[in-house]
Amino acid sequence: MNQPDAYLWEQHIPGGCHWSGILRRGTTLRMTDVSGGANASVLFFNQEEKLERYNMADTLKSQHTFRLTKGHACHSDMGRIFCCITADSAGWHDTVCGLSDADLIRRKYGTARYQEHRNQMFRNGLDGMLIELGKWGLGMRDVVSNINFFSKVTANSAGELTFHSGNSKAGDHVDLSFEMDTLVVLSAAPHPLDPSTTYQPGAVNLAAFATPSSAIAECAHISENQRARQNTECLYACHGGAA
Amino acid sequence: MNANFKNKKSFVESMFDPDAAVVDEICPAGEPWVKIVREGQIFRIVDLEGNQAVDTLFYNASHAVERYSATDTIRRQKKIYLTTGSKLYSNYGNVMLTIVADTCGRHDTLGGACAAESNTVRYALEKFPMHSCRDNFLHALAHEPECQQLGISKRDIPSNINFFMNVPVTEEGGLEFVDGVSAPGKYVEMKAEMDVVVLISNCPQLNNPCNAYNPTPIRLLVWDDPSEMSFT
Ligand SMILES: [Zn+2]
Repeated sequence: MNQPDAYLWEQHIPGGCHWSGILRRGTTLRMTDVSGGANASVLFFNQEEKLERYNMADTLKSQHTFRLTKGHACHSDMGRIFCCITADSAGWHDTVCGLSDADLIRRKYGTARYQEHRNQMFRNGLDGMLIELGKWGLGMRDVVSNINFFSKVTANSAGELTFHSGNSKAGDHVDLSFEMDTLVVLSAAPHPLDPSTTYQPGAVNLAAFATPSSAIAECAHISENQRARQNTECLYACHGGAA
Repeated sequence: MNANFKNKKSFVESMFDPDAAVVDEICPAGEPWVKIVREGQIFRIVDLEGNQAVDTLFYNASHAVERYSATDTIRRQKKIYLTTGSKLYSNYGNVMLTIVADTCGRHDTLGGACAAESNTVRYALEKFPMHSCRDNFLHALAHEPECQQLGISKRDIPSNINFFMNVPVTEEGGLEFVDGVSAPGKYVEMKAEMDVVVLISNCPQLNNPCNAYNPTPIRLLVWDDPSEMSFT
């Protein structure tokens, strides 16, 4: 499903950079891994009431899954869903490993400051997130467990984690069809467990388009998602009434 | 059940005598519990009747923006389960506590706390009025002096630990909630590496088979820093 003619807007996010913006209900955000191996760390907030935010635990346990892919919904901490994943060519997205920070990037890759490297400087996931959160009056208190789109991390029977390089190829994309007016905060810095020894975060392309009617029911096979959707509908139908 | 999980290595018993504890309290099922545990002190949670979920958060007692971080704890140790030797990290990358004894063997930090709203999603829309862990947390934030002094609100409630909960993950990416890990008298014990405020909800969940639909009380003990005890 490629419909470039229907794009409402497009935005290129170079590897390591960050972005935030509002996605309205009824629109779909397509994130594309431009050259392969990208990582898009993302948090969601209810645009009207930013205390309502993405909840990793509710997302995982209500769908009995450790990975996110097509057919899953991204749940808030208030019993609603921000969006459904309606297309996914990468197959696995991590939501338990959090963000890289300045210390981790320095220890792994060394230092590359703006003074010498201009916009090729080394950026980290947490600081990118904090900069974007700051634009909306949010901060460290709002950094909760995030999604790392395009990154695959598995757990063995002892719970030990393995990062899988090459999960996402050039051109792989994931579509998020929004059902709530959502503040999306994004950082394209490397995944904290990426074993690559050189700092080379991949670029992410963002494109928004009207959600096609064929995509609406994509998450409905999970009854928990249906109920979360009813709650989301009620948020708008009842003007913020019962959950 | 996973074979590795039965590894006896994670079963470590404590050397501390309950009679010497400076705090020894019972938290009934479905109630919150808040206490400051000082750096060096030992903190034990006892699952008195078995298969109880103890939803727990930690805050830096002098700077509440620093708090327990499930993602830091998971990714810094590359492991999703907690047991003896696990360090409990903050969102600033500091070790808040270290688990020093554990007779249960595995604790969860993926499943989060139950809430009235998530109950409507997980079980049925009519479950909204039922008591929940987040209601417990919010009750504590409104009433407990330690929480009021920290100035924390719903904004400061991140992913928590569920002590005694078993939430196995498969290599294929599945996740389930199962029982059979804990038993009456099992405990987990940790050493505080900084002054922390402990915020507990002794889970009131009545919709989940893993506690046999029967929330039960827990016992909480604190010992003073063993290295500072005088033996004169
Ligand atoms: Zn609970």
